[in-house]
Amino acid sequence: MKALANLSDIIIPVLIFFIVGYGITSRVKVYEAFLKGARDGLKIVVDIVPTLIGLLVAVGMLRSSGFFDMLGNLLAPATEAVGLPAQLMPLLIVKLFSSSAATGLVLDVFRTSGPDSYAGLLTSILMSCTETVFYTMSVYFLAAKVTKTRYTLTGALLATLAGTVASVILAGRMV
Amino acid sequence: MLNAIWAVMILIAVFYGALTGRMSDVTNAALDSAGEAISLCITMAGVVALWMGLMEIATRAGLVAKLTRGIAPFLRFMFPKLPKDHPAGQYIATNIIANVLGLGWACTPAGLKAMEALADLEAERGNPDYLPDSSSVLPERAPKRTDGPGRDLPFGRNRRASSEMCTFLILNISSLQLIPVNMIAYRNQYGSSNPTAIIAPAIAATLVSTLTAIVYCKIKDHGSVIIQSGSRRRKGR
Repeated sequence: MKALANLSDIIIPVLIFFIVGYGITSRVKVYEAFLKGARDGLKIVVDIVPTLIGLLVAVGMLRSSGFFDMLGNLLAPATEAVGLPAQLMPLLIVKLFSSSAATGLVLDVFRTSGPDSYAGLLTSILMSCTETVFYTMSVYFLAAKVTKTRYTLTGALLATLAGTVASVILAGRMV
Repeated sequence: MLNAIWAVMILIAVFYGALTGRMSDVTNAALDSAGEAISLCITMAGVVALWMGLMEIATRAGLVAKLTRGIAPFLRFMFPKLPKDHPAGQYIATNIIANVLGLGWACTPAGLKAMEALADLEAERGNPDYLPDSSSVLPERAPKRTDGPGRDLPFGRNRRASSEMCTFLILNISSLQLIPVNMIAYRNQYGSSNPTAIIAPAIAATLVSTLTAIVYCKIKDHGSVIIQSGSRRRKGR
């Protein structure tokens, strides 16, 4: 775990150094390029502001109504046996359908337990290694006009499960 | 999809809040969360702009294109029956690299193009599901629509996904990602003492899910090669 922690610390500075260095040696006007990209990045964030407002409001209302607590207490015995805090169950399910709705739940975990708690770390890793299964499948197969998806769903769920198990193990080593 | 999820969340919240007598909490939560979304976006804007700025440098320096070419051997391994220089290969490579680098805006367009190109490939291979149909109504115009979000498929037949499509989607969903930029921004916003501590474990976890995807696809692919090899060989590549 020590090596992994060190890698986490150095990867961003090394990456920035490499990209800027590579840019200079390729005679790119690096600062101009950076400004252009940063401007595009800001546009992306502005575009998602309404989404975030809508979803954070929905999740905040759900949290304050006591619904999550009720759900958590209901699921706790089953999930805690395998090392998953019950509060992550809604997240795991919603993540299969919509990544922006899942983001609302992630932020709720961060707010209630803190990003450095076991639940917070597990959430962070989990969200970095899984993708929205049903949403991706419906959009991509629609592009190819395919209705019989054969073994795609099984494979996608299997990969998601493997990523979830790995996340539980890794997060357990971090706290 | 999101319409239903969002509506269900709001309706349950109000209904359950009324049931437990926490309506004033629900009111406060709605107002506070809206403000919180804005402060979150301000933090995120910095991190995302930084990352996109770096990626623009990498793109202009030809680094992204180089990476895209660099994964050609991996693509040949994952899609052995994909003809060399078929446009689908280029789109798949772009999609994978965009995923790895966290370039969300570049993933989906390339991914959709890849699916269309894979559909064309099936037509080239003479797969009857994918050939233009002249016997009945024009498939594109067929007014057959079933209800449900995103499910209105404007074509008459049940197309079966090709092995390449299954492999591509499973790989895509297993989500190989180098730097989880958004997660780092969120962790930063909520006061993590070390927001980037998750990078290496996240890479490890994503490798596990992607390796699982690769092994699963290879096993499935191998099975279908044995079954279909007869007909494939006759048609040639």
